Amino acid sequence: MFLPHTDADREAMLRTIGVEKIADLFKSLPGEHLFPELDLPPGVTEIEALEELQHIADANETTGELISFLGAGAYNHYSPAVVDSILRRGEFYTAYTPYQPEISQGTLQAIFEYQSMIVGLTGMDVSNASHYDGATAVAEAVNMAYHNFRGKRAKIVLSPGLHPHYRETVHTYTVDSDILLEGEHTPLDAGPQALIPLIDENTALVAVQYPDFFGRVHDFSKLIEAAHEAKALVAVHVNPLALGLLKPPGDFGADIVTGEGQSLGIPLSFGGPYLGIFAARNKYVRKMAGRIVGETQDTRGQRGYVLTLSTREQHIRRERATSNICTNQGLVALAAAVYMSLLGKNGLQQLAELNYHKAHYAAEQIASIEGFELAYAEPFFNEFTVRCPKPVAELNAKLLHFDILGGYDLGEAYANAGLEEHMLIAVTEMISREEIDHFVEALTEVTNA
Amino acid sequence: MPEPTVFELSSPGRQGAYFPEPDVPRADIPKSIMRDDLPLPEIAEVDVVRHFTRLSQLNHGVDTGFYPLGSCTMKYNPKINEETVRLAGFANIHPLQPIETVQGAIGLMYELQEWLKELSGFDEVSLQPAAGAHGELTGVLIMRAYHQARKDHKRVKMLIPDSAHGTNPASSAMSGLKIVQLPSDARGNIDMEALCAECDDTLAGIMITNPSTLGLFDEHLQEVCDCVHEAGGLVYGDGANFNAIMGISRPADCGADVLHFNLHKTFATPHGGGGPGSGPVGVTAELAPFLPGPIAAVIDEGSEEEPPLYSLVNPKKSIGRVKAFHGHFGIMVRAFTYMMMLGGEGLRAASEHAVLNANYIQARLRDTYTIPYDRICMHEFVAEGHWEDAPGIHALDISKRLMDFGIHPPTNYFPLIVPEALMIEPTETESKETLDVFADTMIKIAEEALTNPELLQTAPHNTPFGRLDEVKAARELVLCCWLPENKEE
Repeated sequence: MFLPHTDADREAMLRTIGVEKIADLFKSLPGEHLFPELDLPPGVTEIEALEELQHIADANETTGELISFLGAGAYNHYSPAVVDSILRRGEFYTAYTPYQPEISQGTLQAIFEYQSMIVGLTGMDVSNASHYDGATAVAEAVNMAYHNFRGKRAKIVLSPGLHPHYRETVHTYTVDSDILLEGEHTPLDAGPQALIPLIDENTALVAVQYPDFFGRVHDFSKLIEAAHEAKALVAVHVNPLALGLLKPPGDFGADIVTGEGQSLGIPLSFGGPYLGIFAARNKYVRKMAGRIVGETQDTRGQRGYVLTLSTREQHIRRERATSNICTNQGLVALAAAVYMSLLGKNGLQQLAELNYHKAHYAAEQIASIEGFELAYAEPFFNEFTVRCPKPVAELNAKLLHFDILGGYDLGEAYANAGLEEHMLIAVTEMISREEIDHFVEALTEVTNA
Repeated sequence: MPEPTVFELSSPGRQGAYFPEPDVPRADIPKSIMRDDLPLPEIAEVDVVRHFTRLSQLNHGVDTGFYPLGSCTMKYNPKINEETVRLAGFANIHPLQPIETVQGAIGLMYELQEWLKELSGFDEVSLQPAAGAHGELTGVLIMRAYHQARKDHKRVKMLIPDSAHGTNPASSAMSGLKIVQLPSDARGNIDMEALCAECDDTLAGIMITNPSTLGLFDEHLQEVCDCVHEAGGLVYGDGANFNAIMGISRPADCGADVLHFNLHKTFATPHGGGGPGSGPVGVTAELAPFLPGPIAAVIDEGSEEEPPLYSLVNPKKSIGRVKAFHGHFGIMVRAFTYMMMLGGEGLRAASEHAVLNANYIQARLRDTYTIPYDRICMHEFVAEGHWEDAPGIHALDISKRLMDFGIHPPTNYFPLIVPEALMIEPTETESKETLDVFADTMIKIAEEALTNPELLQTAPHNTPFGRLDEVKAARELVLCCWLPENKEE
């Protein structure tokens, strides 16, 4: 399959090489294990493969068949047809990292535009070409802050409002360093101020999320002031769609902005591939990990683009590089760039407002069901936490009979934090008023059942 | 003509996508949380489409021409993969759905793990890592965790051959290890004497790319593994070059303890202009408890009437997650589609023909270019891009000249141990005709190097852009378009 060789080709090629048969090319390999028996099925044609994969796909229940209120870091949004139509261009998706800029200007300019729009959205000065996802972007922020102080400040303050997967990833990345992670167990309802007493002259970074994992939009000004007084950096992790409406972190003093870019037109796809956004103030540009595209000129005087500042990276610095990252999420960053160009200034704002209104309608309706109440008083965007009268797992199991995917069960990740009966509910533009009303009716019914 | 940027195409009041008016009452939005301005472009749909279409036309991809970029395995990316990944049952499922609603997805992950285990000989696989370098980091963290769990705390030394990719030392350093570089011998193998001298009780392990970045299968692989194991170290296999050995030689059979795969190289998923990739990690039974979760598993075997029940589980002593959710599922669907179509024998044939193609080009260029390690190669080989009688010509000039003929250049200046390296990997999906055109072009360029060196030094000539000034880019650092607010300044 996918081999163009004819028997005549193979014979001619082997003759040119000077061997008799293909097996002769493998004579230098350890003989006892050569050409193992493989317990794998025979190949199939395209028709059969598609049929089989359709069968596997049909065994899943999709967010098209179910009414989904699941968010918790991955959101069900509409992606305009233009986005996928551009992604399907073979010139984009069958190219690799633009090592040869003369024949890669498409990828390079698209990434340059992606960087520019991320700068505009976050209020930072520079953006890189992206990381793997939100979790690894936060881990790279920790890494960068630690190296910014040449390892002399070992403490990283992590907000308990950071996505639990992101915090776990930070733990995995830093296990073999002398980095100390604090703050994750501060009380959830104490707000960002609860982190202030942890900040000292040994603190390299304070990392928070905006809106946080529970949907809350905090005012971080006091926390950031305290961090900057101690000369520590502050990283704010964002949902980029929320920034269509909310004040950008650049306005309230963030030094680094990380983000999960999935909400910019990227399919849910069972958790990946997504997009790790990473932007910072100008003075950290040489400390940032990851690929960066810069503007320049070609020999004919034309404006063009290249990968730049590569002396920061592993292929030059090897073990002295601050990160091992090699590529970016090229195609996903392209998708986000197309999405942001298409919606633009007005579209992104309208969409953010639409999400805001729908979520607030849903919150009001749910809070009016007996036994349910909103857990927090802070403003929220398109996701909020609800205290339920029964365990969430029990409610969700019953909601499935109504073809409803209930919200995320906070009791799973926060069992010891008093959130056993709390549900995190996301409402996007994909949910109609009727569906919200249906959800409210179903919640009432399954609670009383 | 250079393409304007999206900000230059912008006009106030335009918009390319619209959303319905709210069907719910409008809620109050506190002014204190709202932004004042949103500096994004304003462009009509048709102009967004034309802009990105024109940009795409400035790219060279596997779909537009030959792409023999060494160590990157730029094989044909089957179109059917782009259809299967977009099936609603794969694209529109949330990672946190109850497992009974995503049995197809977890089952596919399970099957993919099983295929990778069978092809590599390992006992367990985690699909979590997002890319090759991410898989390396994961693998090294597993090695560290294994030694730590045995309270063997002094093992802090990682051996890395001088031909290795830069991510190897960078990944090891991120895991707090001390790197010792090993020289290569005259045949391109790891220097056994240097290796043995480093095999002591501080050894954490060795990172081996096999076949190496020289495209050579290490002739002492067994001794290397034995030597490291005897000293109590572990062998990490960098699976970047797995496309050479599918169904031919299994890393676990040869002594590797842990290995990362690159689904985007070996299993034909597209490179996407630099990602997303996928870097699953395979390990021996001894290291399996340390894998990052979640891993797809059968938790109920089922019966004749009932299918098995799949779930996502976390290994006992897991190093923890290395990213959010379950890995790059969209890449897994593509890779699984490809593997299913080829089957076991097809995968073996793919590797055989990858090696055949590389050896054919090597044979055709042998008389014209210096081949520093001239023996039967695997799926790629390294040539030197310079000649004594053409002193002004470098590998870079040859590369740039190749673009004039619609061919993507080989990898330049890597591996570092070959001067003026041109690393050539044709892959199995290229026909003899394509390989002949490439070889003929390389020979023609070698002639030009003598007769008209300036033609090479000023190349490319037939591309939309000439050579770009990288020094200017790094010195002046323009990393962002002029945003609307800057425009007014």
